[in-house]
Amino acid sequence: MKTQKQKSGSAGRVGPNVKSDCFVQLINTSSGGITIELKSKVESLYGDSIRSQISEILKHFGTKNATIKIEDQGAVPFVIAARVESALKRAGLGTDKVFLIGNTKSTKINLRDRTRRTRLYLPGNEPHFFLNAGLHKPDSIILDLEDSVAPSEKDAARILVRNALMNVNFGEAERMVRINPFPLGIDDLQQTVQYNVQTILIPKCESSARIEEVDSEIDKILKLHNIKRNIFLIPIIETALGVVKAFEIASASKWNCGLAIGLEDYTADIGVERTKAGTESLFARSTVINAAKAAGIQALDSVFSDVNDEEGLHQSVLEAKAIGFEGKGCIHPRQIKVIHEAFAPTQKEVEYAQRVVDAFNEAKQNGSGVISLGSKMIDAPVVKRAQHILSLVKLNSDK
Amino acid sequence: MTKELKSKLVKNAAGRYVPAVVNGIASIPFKGVNKYRPDNSMAAPPVRTCADYPSDGNKLVKNLKEALKKVGLKNGMTISTHHHLRNGDGLTNVLFDTIKAIGVKDIRWFPSASFPCHEYLIKYLDDGTIHHIEGSMNGPLGRYATDGKMKGTGILRSHGGRYRAIQDGDVHIDIAVIAAPSADAFGNANGVNGKSACGPLGFALGDSEYADKVIVVTDSLVDFPCVPWHIQGNNVDYVVEVDSLGDPSKIVSGTTQVTKSPDRILIAEYIAQFVEESGIMQNGFSFQAGAGGINLAFLLLLKERMKAKGVKARFIRGGSTQYLTEMLEEGLTDYILDGQAFDTEGVRSLRENPNHVNTSPFTSYNFHGKGNFASMLDAVVLGATEVDANFNANVVTHSDGYLLHGIGGWQDCLFGKCVILAIPSFRDRVPIIVDNVTTLCGPGEMIDVVITERGIAINPLRQDLIKKLSNSKLPIRKIKDIQQEVYELCGGKPQQPKLAKDKVAAVVQWVDGTLLDTVFAF
Repeated sequence: MKTQKQKSGSAGRVGPNVKSDCFVQLINTSSGGITIELKSKVESLYGDSIRSQISEILKHFGTKNATIKIEDQGAVPFVIAARVESALKRAGLGTDKVFLIGNTKSTKINLRDRTRRTRLYLPGNEPHFFLNAGLHKPDSIILDLEDSVAPSEKDAARILVRNALMNVNFGEAERMVRINPFPLGIDDLQQTVQYNVQTILIPKCESSARIEEVDSEIDKILKLHNIKRNIFLIPIIETALGVVKAFEIASASKWNCGLAIGLEDYTADIGVERTKAGTESLFARSTVINAAKAAGIQALDSVFSDVNDEEGLHQSVLEAKAIGFEGKGCIHPRQIKVIHEAFAPTQKEVEYAQRVVDAFNEAKQNGSGVISLGSKMIDAPVVKRAQHILSLVKLNSDK
Repeated sequence: MTKELKSKLVKNAAGRYVPAVVNGIASIPFKGVNKYRPDNSMAAPPVRTCADYPSDGNKLVKNLKEALKKVGLKNGMTISTHHHLRNGDGLTNVLFDTIKAIGVKDIRWFPSASFPCHEYLIKYLDDGTIHHIEGSMNGPLGRYATDGKMKGTGILRSHGGRYRAIQDGDVHIDIAVIAAPSADAFGNANGVNGKSACGPLGFALGDSEYADKVIVVTDSLVDFPCVPWHIQGNNVDYVVEVDSLGDPSKIVSGTTQVTKSPDRILIAEYIAQFVEESGIMQNGFSFQAGAGGINLAFLLLLKERMKAKGVKARFIRGGSTQYLTEMLEEGLTDYILDGQAFDTEGVRSLRENPNHVNTSPFTSYNFHGKGNFASMLDAVVLGATEVDANFNANVVTHSDGYLLHGIGGWQDCLFGKCVILAIPSFRDRVPIIVDNVTTLCGPGEMIDVVITERGIAINPLRQDLIKKLSNSKLPIRKIKDIQQEVYELCGGKPQQPKLAKDKVAAVVQWVDGTLLDTVFAF
């Protein structure tokens, strides 16, 4: 008689400070059916529901004999599903299948030049931060698979992020995913792009070739799933070489909607410390802005790392705005309001913009191709900028 | 006494089932808000004579044991303590050590509230030194009671309800033991001086007036007169000096922390905006402030709005903190009417600023009086563990059935003009807007607005507020819509906890002494 080796896998997190997550340990046995050992904070409210959910998942993966232990800190269903799936796959089971819950269809068409003043980073393996992120009304949220996820957790984070994309209501926020550099990034794309992603952030870009690779990989996956593409790209420049290649990168794809800069890595790359004044990165920032504008896409600034310094953040946004950036990364929801306020047009800007738009409308009504304001002729880009300013005013008043 | 726990349940006017008899005494089921009108007289202590007390005013005895013997401690007596030392209270545990050493049993412990530090007393509930607790039970003692281990039935009253129960004679206190951060040998005492300074001593006021015997225990004895006298020595039998009343760092905090949780700050922003847009925030208005995370953040955000609009409050009811005293000092309110101080700045301000006024449950909350301050408040912001779609709310038990919190001044504050419940819409996977509250503590007709991070629900009874906010950009929604969204997020409606409902752990009284609901044991 052959002895079968037990396969096991675990996923998720447990501990006094862990919220909205669970730890799942799965041992595949040769006989005896399914045994579920559940220890849950919400046993009296959702114990039965959790047990039936787990049975359903195991059935989906064709697992007939297993002992599954769960320590649950109030994880919502899509988190439990992700952790069970990860544990199964780590045990070498059901690797050819996925367990999907929620909606796969994107509800809204994404627009290339939508406003991206704030993009809130959410660590891809920490579900607690996902659930209410949309309530703080960032222009975009980034489910991050890169720096905020430990190398050993990339596989689990992909499954969790996929489930979050299909289940979490992020409100009006643009749903972005930051992938890892290749080759990890290919796996990231394969497990996320067909599930309701709107924009992919590509880190540490140093050539147009990388953008083209991402582009064709996305096209390939979407074709396989018969989905029409509506996924934009934001390359992130984080190295000295990337800065040199900024325009090449910015213009590498028709799907590019913005070009971002990552200053933590950039300053490390040029061997200096990042300062609040930012003199060390002025060249890089200006280059990125210029490249983005030359390519007709948005220029997006790095994050401001000191969450407690709201005044410093406000200043930093005013400076970013003054040199041409249109958006800023956020590492905490508290930063969103400060950034939106700092990007809000000044009274003077608004008044001027209103006059430009009025003049434009008047010219249009009169069927005149020439727009003039006082003694000045107004060009199309000026009108566009004025319209943008007025749309920002509306965004701020709608907060 | 265990037999009466099986006494029959009767349905009250709120549709909840309450025991007809509690701890051997017939109870009155809740009859509706403002419906119950007792016609008896209030309690009165026996007549005393100065001839029985030292004419030199020196009532000092050498220790607590001697004081307890002198006041005639006996089996089955009711002993009261107070929670103004909060989780730093070192006296109550020593008090019961002493009672145990004397060998007395079956005490009815009547605290104004208990804290996690009183988990120590479980051994005295186990061995029969304490028969049962009548008072707010926080944390471990609540868990003990819900597990069905307490011999008698717990009775939960609000701060105002506790004063009322004493005054009306529902609870006759045999011995009141009052921890006094500062006292003289005559028994005058206050909470603003001394190393254990805690703020007001109002929770002990009723006890000092109505108890048969009153013992003041202090770790800071001063020469007569101890001023101000929050507790009057004329009501005090004996004074005991001890080395320490407890841990000052747990009595008041050095600084009170404002929440950094973005979701809670969002709720606080909604409240501040609501208070302004509803027109409540206007010159001469008043509100109740607390020390909870959302409440402090709300206070700071409201302050910004008051400054921006040049609005000044006439009075703010505390729970005082440094943030509240700053508002007083910056001229944003004329008065703080304070029931308890949460940090050292609150204590200092109460001591030094004549416009920071010491209050008690009698002035602020007592329902059987000729009015009280709570009903005069323009806005009150409270928490809750659960609320239902009819705005009925729970503040004592969690959805799993466990009793973990006291009522505090919560019920009393429901009489404010605009009652706002500030709550997250779910905690981990626990929905807060439920189909049926586990324990009813506040009738929905008393609750005007529920503010969550997912939206604001206004009670349909308040059409005036709905109308005022009709053009607001605030996310005003139907309470059922918020509930539905959270149910979807949490994976559907929760199952009902499996409570046998044949054993009573505690009862919740309404402010008038009638029974509003029952906490069942597992």
